[in-house]
Amino acid sequence: MQRMNKLIFGRYIPGDSFIHRLDPRGKLLLSFYFIGIIFLAHNWQSYLLLFLFTMFAVLMSRVNLGFFIRGVRPLIWLILFTVILQIFFTRGGHLYWHWGPLVVSQYGLVNGGYIFMRFVLIIFMSTLLTLTTPPLQLSDAIESILKPFKVFHLPVYEIALMISIALRFVPTLMDETEKIMNAQRARGVDFGSGSLSQKMRAIIPLLIPLFVNSFNRAEDLATAMEARGYQGGEGRTKYRVLTWKGQDTLAVAAFAVITGLLIWLR
Amino acid sequence: MANIIEVTDLSYHYPQMEQRPALQHVNFTVQAGEWLAIIGHNGSGKSTLAKSLDGLLTPDPQNKGEIKVAGLTLTDETVWQIRAKIGMVFQNPDNQFVGATVEDDVAFGLENRGVPRPEMQERVHAALKRVRMTEFADREPARLSGGQKQRVAIAGIIAQRPDIIILDESTSMLDPKGRAEVLATVRQLNQEDHLTVISITHDIDEAAQANRIVVLDDGQVKETGTPAEIFAYGERLIEMGLDVPYAERLKTALRQVGADVPKQYLTEEGMADWLWTSHSKM
Repeated sequence: MQRMNKLIFGRYIPGDSFIHRLDPRGKLLLSFYFIGIIFLAHNWQSYLLLFLFTMFAVLMSRVNLGFFIRGVRPLIWLILFTVILQIFFTRGGHLYWHWGPLVVSQYGLVNGGYIFMRFVLIIFMSTLLTLTTPPLQLSDAIESILKPFKVFHLPVYEIALMISIALRFVPTLMDETEKIMNAQRARGVDFGSGSLSQKMRAIIPLLIPLFVNSFNRAEDLATAMEARGYQGGEGRTKYRVLTWKGQDTLAVAAFAVITGLLIWLR
Repeated sequence: MANIIEVTDLSYHYPQMEQRPALQHVNFTVQAGEWLAIIGHNGSGKSTLAKSLDGLLTPDPQNKGEIKVAGLTLTDETVWQIRAKIGMVFQNPDNQFVGATVEDDVAFGLENRGVPRPEMQERVHAALKRVRMTEFADREPARLSGGQKQRVAIAGIIAQRPDIIILDESTSMLDPKGRAEVLATVRQLNQEDHLTVISITHDIDEAAQANRIVVLDDGQVKETGTPAEIFAYGERLIEMGLDVPYAERLKTALRQVGADVPKQYLTEEGMADWLWTSHSKM
């Protein structure tokens, strides 16, 4: 359970804001769209615009800003690495410092800043999506977005069922992992110390019971589903339905305006 | 009362176990509206029997055994019709929870049958109210206790409106409180809605609540009778690898210290009555 609390990515914070109430299909597609339009920005005005827009969305969600910053933290080394490469290897503009192939130039600094902004904005936006959308709604959204692919015989309903069962079993399996770990610890297995190969070997008494239990679970679940009349995706009705409301159209309109402004600022 | 289930000459072999059949020539009937308990030690074939009744296992073809549910003979063609009449609650509360939330799980069976959405909502809410889980409707399974999960499983069955409910060791993984809650819910369904209940159990106190008990031993029906008849066997039940109810254990203990206890089976109340009447005589 401790492990789960540290993990911000993919976590949902219950709330009742404008962003929380948006249709998950719209939210999912707009998040992808946002990642696309970030690459339209290439001057400080357009980055400022995107930054203000993102902050506005974050504030609207009424989720504590700390959650977003913690979302960036696990990726901070990757971001810094990319930014540093960018700074040291970009030439052009005023030259501040150089040593062998390494330079610090005006363009390098500016590009480094842009890359940093890009990363942070993408992470903020995707964290906003997962923090404000329950996993269940996300799987509904994926199902309905995939629906057109039924034409190509994609088993959309089955994929959605698998996602929703997988999501439903994440906490159950987490609990079980914790239990098996403790049981094995009680029998003298030492997790997380020693050399790499020792560490790998210690994982085996955890992995095998976990796999075997999962097979048993799958069998039990399949039996229970069959006993309750499950015969495949055909001819089923749905208990949960997604409805597209005015506010969702409003969100799309906001993104359209931002896109227009970005193109104008180029 | 009419028979709702008739089992004639049912046998079953698990493919992995050639030498020992799980069920051998099982015969029994269940009357509409009764509570039947099937008891037996581990590996006596109880769960195999439960799964056969729902068509989840196909009986041996060479043995000509037959299962009839509400007048329908179980075949490949009728299996879904029969499943619609039977609701099953399995042992592990976690492994039979399909939906992401309580409501979704209750609705799962209705979705499978193509029930239109407005009716589905009505039936889900009514079923949750019945098991007193309305306030938990949007909870995820990870946040429920074992007893609550089993009540959700029962709600899923109520929503489907079956004639028969089969409890396949449904209370064995619960704490005493959860077990009492689940049994109270089932008793209510049995008495108020006249649902036929088949409970497969290890728990002798649960079996004591039934109208009739079938004792399975090594895949064969050993005894059939009312709880009073079955529990009067006392010692013989222990030989069959079964437990005896609390009142019987008390009788054995009293007999060992030389008290003259009645031979016939007494419920806990009957035992208390006998104790105070015999004491006041002294």
